[in-house]
Amino acid sequence: MKFAFTDEQQMLQDTTNAFLSAKADSSSLRAVLASETGFDESLWQTICTDMYWQGVAVPESAGGLGLGGVELAIIAESAGEALLASPFFAVSQSVLALRECADSDAAQSLYEAILEGEIVALAGTSARADWSDVGVVAKHEAGQWVLSGESRFVPYGHAASPLLIAAQLKGSEGASQLGLFVIDAEASGVSVHRTPTMDQSRPMATVTLDAAKVDNAACLSSDAAEALDTVLAMSRILTAADQVGVAQASLDSSVAYTSERVQFDRTIASFQAIKHKAADMMLKVESARSLVYYAACIVDAWYEGSADRSTLIEASLMASACAGDAAFFNAGSGIQMHGGVGITEEYDIQLYFKRARSTESYLGRPSEMREQLAVMLLDGVDS
Amino acid sequence: MKLTFTREDELFRDEVATWLDAHLRGDFAAIRYRGGPGDEHHFVNERKAWERKLADGRWTCIGWPEAWGGRAASIEQQVIFHEEYARAGGPGRMGHIGDTLTGPTLLAFGTKAQKEKYLPGIRAGREFWSQGYSEPGAGSDLAAIRTRAELDEATGQWRINGQKVWTSLAHESDFVFVLARVDKDSQRHHGLGFFLVALDQPGVTIRPINQLTGTAEFNEVYFDDAVCGTDDMVGAPGEGWKVAMGLLGFERGVSTLGQQMLFQTELDEIIRIARDNGAAKNPEIRQRIAEAHIGLRTMRYNSMRMLSGGEDGSLSREAMIYKLYWSSWHRNLGKLAMDVLGPEAELLEAAPYELNRLQSLFLFTRADTIYGGTNQIQRNIIAERALGMPKEPRGQGR
Repeated sequence: MKFAFTDEQQMLQDTTNAFLSAKADSSSLRAVLASETGFDESLWQTICTDMYWQGVAVPESAGGLGLGGVELAIIAESAGEALLASPFFAVSQSVLALRECADSDAAQSLYEAILEGEIVALAGTSARADWSDVGVVAKHEAGQWVLSGESRFVPYGHAASPLLIAAQLKGSEGASQLGLFVIDAEASGVSVHRTPTMDQSRPMATVTLDAAKVDNAACLSSDAAEALDTVLAMSRILTAADQVGVAQASLDSSVAYTSERVQFDRTIASFQAIKHKAADMMLKVESARSLVYYAACIVDAWYEGSADRSTLIEASLMASACAGDAAFFNAGSGIQMHGGVGITEEYDIQLYFKRARSTESYLGRPSEMREQLAVMLLDGVDS
Repeated sequence: MKLTFTREDELFRDEVATWLDAHLRGDFAAIRYRGGPGDEHHFVNERKAWERKLADGRWTCIGWPEAWGGRAASIEQQVIFHEEYARAGGPGRMGHIGDTLTGPTLLAFGTKAQKEKYLPGIRAGREFWSQGYSEPGAGSDLAAIRTRAELDEATGQWRINGQKVWTSLAHESDFVFVLARVDKDSQRHHGLGFFLVALDQPGVTIRPINQLTGTAEFNEVYFDDAVCGTDDMVGAPGEGWKVAMGLLGFERGVSTLGQQMLFQTELDEIIRIARDNGAAKNPEIRQRIAEAHIGLRTMRYNSMRMLSGGEDGSLSREAMIYKLYWSSWHRNLGKLAMDVLGPEAELLEAAPYELNRLQSLFLFTRADTIYGGTNQIQRNIIAERALGMPKEPRGQGR
């Protein structure tokens, strides 16, 4: 048993952090947040050529690195810590969806596009705790599929060329008949617009489909319900890793600030009220980190065939609930510890606070995660 | 990053489980799951007999070197032993302090003569130890201890005077290790000595402390010219603090997964009751049960990170949060148990004051956040040592 990074994983974390501190610092971030797309397209291309994050989870057979949960979580954690505005999460989510839902031939051309730096976004996961209402219906007519409806809160949807669309198959009820489709964002009947968000570091779009037609090959799966549950679980784990980064950065900047700020002739970090709050923040972030690393290991175990779906889902619920709470607690406490400057635009703590808020509800709130766990713990057949 | 044990470790796990299953039977069946925190005063003689049974199977002191009768078990194997021990319902270990505190201290700091005198009795499950650190005026501030040790030139023995408190099971133990001041003019952690003192002597008086549970695991121990031999001081005069602090590093969290196994049985019982009495339908209770489940699993992976850390014995960030985390979690579990039971929580097993397991959990867990470093002290330690924030200023005395 070695529940610690391998040398390669440690190296990945070190190079990721070094890259981010050099290329995505706080001052460049302000310009990115104010831009029309909400991210730095050239930085993403640099990431794709120099860091190859887009290929981390793409199978080796398709030209990727074939790595898994732990490596994705390492990058996501650092991205959260740096407040990185980048399609890394959106693209990773698409890769995870392709691995679960599509056969390798159908996925191949999409993998190739992703490896070349194209942004592929997945529509349908966001802002919900399950797949009960994906917002898009697919109807099979005259030998082709017709997609109609609206998918909201699509990360980087406005920057994506191919879109992956989760849709309910016409005639089916509930989540049992879900399909996954690929459609070009420029295709007839597709409109995508960015929706301005309070947290500007994770831009979102709404995808509207007005009887958009695709051929049969565009249907990557017509029985994707279970696979999409898996994708949702993995997306939560990645989001939770981002939240660990947010929680850590909130703690670090608060300790740094209170160690400089002098009142009553002493640094305010010397007051127990501040020290104890910081200790609670560390407890939160280290706990969330342990659950996220565990969940990331379970993703890898899933790929190796040694973990079942309910273990993966349970892990994702725990990591999501814990990391969501940790990020919000730490960022909120961080503003308080910064005092007056905490509410200024100049200091980053407010940006962490906004990112903690947006990620907290993005794939279901912590209390919803706990309720789903309660169903697993309390409502099953008596053993 | 892996969560699985090696094949060798899994074979070791089988060996432990098989032995425990074969021996926690007959006379020992009655002490399964007994004698844990809050229940330590029960089945003392049976649990001492169990220690001798464990010793026969070479299951005491497994972390010690083979030369002293141990198995030189790795950290992983010690974790596995504790986990399987808890899973099998192994009773609270009477030999715990000797095995994990006295023994490692003597192995690190003791003389050959001290090892030969004390280690075999601990290893054989024949001699039991308690610890004498806290005093009425030295709780969180251990360096404030006032118990004195003087060398009697006439007899060549140390004479100890003072009072220790919160000494678990002193009345069932043979020895106590005592931190005492050898230089009467010394301050704080200077001028201390670390002594190995026999409890069965005229100079030692043990008085139980009656607790809110109606039971008495803790004691006050009074030393009135209690004696111990010149050879029974570990380290030199003035090195007591170093020895005592070294001892705190020995346990290294190997018992944490076993402790969590006991916590799991408590949570399982609460879940079972909630399902039976309908509390499991209450949205607030559902949230808290899920939170408890998440917390227990958090502890598991915190422990595994801690145990996978450096071999140098230095405390990692995960290790520093561990006490604060488990004690707060366990205290909250006690309250959850009461809230799941509702009004039924009030009903005693029997008069005059016999508590059931969950009542005992509820009341005794209020001690968890106090002993071994209060939650407030733990937060100071985290802030100062892990986060590098300023140290608490010292008071000027009264």
